Amino acid sequence: MNHYEQLVPLHAQSRPVVMDADSGRRDYIVTRALSMHYGERQVLRDISLQVAAGRITALIGPSGVGKSSLLACVNRLTDMLPGAHVNGELRVGGVDASHAATDVIALRRRVGMIFQKPNPFPLSIWNNLAFPLREHGVRAKSQLTEAITTALQEVGLWGEVKDRLHAAALSLSGGQQQRLCMARALALQPEALLMDEPCSALDPIAVGVVEELIARLRGRYTMLIVTHNLAQARRLADDVALLWPRDGAGELVEQGPAAHLFDSPRAAVTAAYLRSERI
Amino acid sequence: MTSWLASISPPSRRDRWLQWCLRATAWVVGGILLFLLLFLLREAWPVLRDVGLMPLFDDPSWHPTEGRYNLLPMLAGTLYAAVGALLIAAPLGWACAAYAVYFAPRRLAAWLQKLIALAAGIPSVVYGLWGLVVLVPLIAAYQPPGASLIAAVLVLAVMILPTIILLTESALRSVPRELLHGAAALGLGQWGSLRRVVVPAARSGLLAAMVLAAARALGETMAVLMVAGNVVQFPATVWDPIRTLSANIALEMAYAMDHHRAALFASGLVLALLVIALMLMAACLHSPCPARESRRGRWA
Ligand SMILES: Nc1ncnc2c1ncn2[C@@H]1O[C@H](COP(=O)(O)OP(=O)(O)O)[C@@H](O)[C@H]1O
Ligand SMILES: [Mg+2]
Repeated sequence: MNHYEQLVPLHAQSRPVVMDADSGRRDYIVTRALSMHYGERQVLRDISLQVAAGRITALIGPSGVGKSSLLACVNRLTDMLPGAHVNGELRVGGVDASHAATDVIALRRRVGMIFQKPNPFPLSIWNNLAFPLREHGVRAKSQLTEAITTALQEVGLWGEVKDRLHAAALSLSGGQQQRLCMARALALQPEALLMDEPCSALDPIAVGVVEELIARLRGRYTMLIVTHNLAQARRLADDVALLWPRDGAGELVEQGPAAHLFDSPRAAVTAAYLRSERI
Repeated sequence: MTSWLASISPPSRRDRWLQWCLRATAWVVGGILLFLLLFLLREAWPVLRDVGLMPLFDDPSWHPTEGRYNLLPMLAGTLYAAVGALLIAAPLGWACAAYAVYFAPRRLAAWLQKLIALAAGIPSVVYGLWGLVVLVPLIAAYQPPGASLIAAVLVLAVMILPTIILLTESALRSVPRELLHGAAALGLGQWGSLRRVVVPAARSGLLAAMVLAAARALGETMAVLMVAGNVVQFPATVWDPIRTLSANIALEMAYAMDHHRAALFASGLVLALLVIALMLMAACLHSPCPARESRRGRWA
């Protein structure tokens, strides 16, 4: 089918290895044969990814392989990246999300995103949460207060900021800013969270706090977390998917439950990658 | 970090030269400004000494040859024209800049930018000519005499529009991409993102654009002189002629003597202080008051 399989028989199956026996599993995010270009340059090839509902899936792979780009496909942020083209199928929460006519606003409300660098708006802490809520039609003050308080409590920020909700969000520390961004996403009551190396810009203590938070949210949200930190993937992930570059474009070489993938990887590159990281 | 650099490697001979040149340039530029102000003050001094400051603002009229020096009608004319021009040009400029940065196809945006940069470079007298030949007759057909406050406002608006667009565009382009992506990822629409994310993030640049445009409008002489009618009066309506301070100087300096001449310099001083105050505001707003670096840590 695609020439990579003809040339390099790395694995027997035509699809990336899916090690899944759990029959009760429901996939929240599914891509089929998804590929992506920036202009002429292909960065993702034939990605068929499944992200199980309510579980934490770590997306790992070397830097530049297209992990962030794949995340951007899922919430259609690709629509606003100049030169980005996506082909293939994308289903989110059982709904086809790969058409031009897809309601991306609704999609993005169901699928929140956390970025590598904390990106609070240059507004007050309160308005960082209130503004998106208002834009999505939450107008009543009592509802706003309720949603904001809950979200801030959920990320463990409430105690730290409750006395200065009207201070500038940018006056918070990096770790607090990242948790504020998570609260901002959670306030919209999404079903899934995409996280693009959410800890890579934080100091070790803040990393611990954010990781703990992610673990605490397990089961409540479907989470797809990009990390190039394998130790973090081990700590957090229920499932793991590995992207690996071939001819300049990222391919999904293996995905499955974290324990299987880390302990008995099926694909040779996975084994090699895990080994290289251990050294 | 910079103090480290300084303490580890003492500045070489060449570095010292560079520092010296930069410092000298800064002092020369600052000195010229100071010299200009002192010069204005010296030339205006006779009238300030003999007549005083207050008569410049509460004499019955501007009849300088008869010892009446009220600048207020012209100060008002100057401010009305500048503020009116801003009121018209600012929304147009914002819309145009936002379109170019966020909505226009890449090719069109590049083309627009070149055109606008070109428009910003057109000498003001050309705008004046256009106003005189096209705009004033149009206005006169509707409401004579044509040469009026509204003509000055429109010509100034057209003139400062490119400045506003260029500066606003650069302010918008300096908004970090991550913020826009963050807004989009929350499912926010374009209007909401513009109003609540882009504007706060670009605020200092947007304000600076307004201030610089205002300064340009306040100081503009030639184009306004050609279309404003130059009658010294408080305009009752926008159709009335006005005279601005800068036009007044240009019109009367050629024959002014003694206190009349000094009064013109005084009006120049008022104008200069007005513009300098605006510029200082712009400078302060553009770099949102950085924490003062300690002297030791500076790279000079
Ligand atoms: N907006 C863009 N335009 C063009 N190329 C891009 C853009 N963003 C990323 N790329 C390229 O696409 C490849 C994948 O990038 P990315 O998805 O950021 O990888 P990762 O997140 O795995 O490090 C990289 O080679 C990068 O240079
Ligand atoms: Mg990345």
